[in-house]
Amino acid sequence: MNVPENLKYTASHEWVRAEADGSLSIGITDHAQDALGELVYVELPEVGRKLGGDEACAVVESVKAASDVYAPLAGEVVAANKALAEAPGQVNKDPYGAWLFRVKPSDPAALTGLLDAAAYRKSFK
Amino acid sequence: MLHTPLIDAHRKAGAKLVDFAGWEMPLHYGSQIEEHHAVRRGAGMFDTSHMLAIDVEGPGARAFLSRALANDVRRLAQPGRALYSCMLNERGGILDDLIVYFLREGLFRVVVNAATAAKDLTWLGALAAGAAQLRPRRELAMIAVQGPQARARTWSALPALRPASEGLAPFCGAQAGETFVARTGYTGEDGFELLMPAILATAVWQRLAQAGVRPCGLGARDTLRLEAGMNLYGQDMDESVTPLECGLEWTVELASARDFVGKAALAAQTPSRTRLGLVLEERAGVLRAHQPVHGAHGAGEVTSGTFSPTLQASIALARLPLDYAPGERVEVELRGKRAAARVVQPPFVRHGKVLV
Repeated sequence: MNVPENLKYTASHEWVRAEADGSLSIGITDHAQDALGELVYVELPEVGRKLGGDEACAVVESVKAASDVYAPLAGEVVAANKALAEAPGQVNKDPYGAWLFRVKPSDPAALTGLLDAAAYRKSFK
Repeated sequence: MLHTPLIDAHRKAGAKLVDFAGWEMPLHYGSQIEEHHAVRRGAGMFDTSHMLAIDVEGPGARAFLSRALANDVRRLAQPGRALYSCMLNERGGILDDLIVYFLREGLFRVVVNAATAAKDLTWLGALAAGAAQLRPRRELAMIAVQGPQARARTWSALPALRPASEGLAPFCGAQAGETFVARTGYTGEDGFELLMPAILATAVWQRLAQAGVRPCGLGARDTLRLEAGMNLYGQDMDESVTPLECGLEWTVELASARDFVGKAALAAQTPSRTRLGLVLEERAGVLRAHQPVHGAHGAGEVTSGTFSPTLQASIALARLPLDYAPGERVEVELRGKRAAARVVQPPFVRHGKVLV
């Protein structure tokens, strides 16, 4: 299963990428998309919504099951990848390209508290 | 875990395997949505060897089945004819749904679901009480080839089957050498179901694959049968439901003097619920079993739901109070919200065409 070294992760199978503008892109991991199967529906948080850490804020549904996506860090939603509503299968094809939403974290330093690639790999093995 | 004769072929093809009623079966081979489209547009094949064929033999076979099954085997006049039927308990509850083939006088073949096979054998054995012999044919493998191109590609892969199967009308079967070929299926498309000795299965599977028949898993099988408006045993019906409550009135013959197990209960029943289809009208998620349904005529529930690759919308079969009719609007509770759905009469899709 693909777990890129340059990303941070959560035990609930989100990935987090720090963007140049200080926001964080959040998606679901290759392992998560594989376990769920082909996605047919994605529900994203509204831009401007304030999220608590670990708050359920998005939903991905596959042919098989629905699954919540949790905010890895507290912060404000600054973007949502609306294109996924028409093409949820993009998450299966390119899990690390198909970000779900972006958050401006209330405490940027908290990013270091998330799992690194090695620790995430261990979490599901 | 139980395995069909095709397990190695599935593994080699990269199948994602899952436990289905104790059988390790392919869920998909990469994309269940593409497999679904292959069956609607071309040809796909399913390993259905986990299902059980039971031969019912002896001079008393017809009389026995006419008592054991809710549909009337007297409709099976020509050898090779097939009939869909429920098998009921005394309360009219559905023990299983099955297809019965009339092979020749004194020999019928019943194909039952994998999850219920052991229960069915016990039930039928007790009911027969020696009046007919039951022979489970576990040594037979089954492959369903389905889709608008299914018959042509089967003949190109297995030319020896062509003479016996070319003239088959829908819902009829014939023996072609060691293979029994039936023009039946569970997808709403044309095609064949092939029953053959297990030892032949892998070669047949490979030749079909080489002829352009795409291997399909249980995932696509479920979305195809749901679009075709066909019930799944254990989900859309079980022992707590009678055929009159789940859209299977047409399979029950109550008019004649023939007695069958469950008949008295059905004759006394005034059904208060029925089976209808739902199409989700907004992008709000996916309809799934057990979601509550609300509307003008009271509450019901989804019995099976999915995302329909053909309609590109979520669809479901639902058990609803009898007063609901196609064209009405209802609300379905999904993940704590309510979403609007349209009531329709299944099937949703037949022979590649959207009907709702």
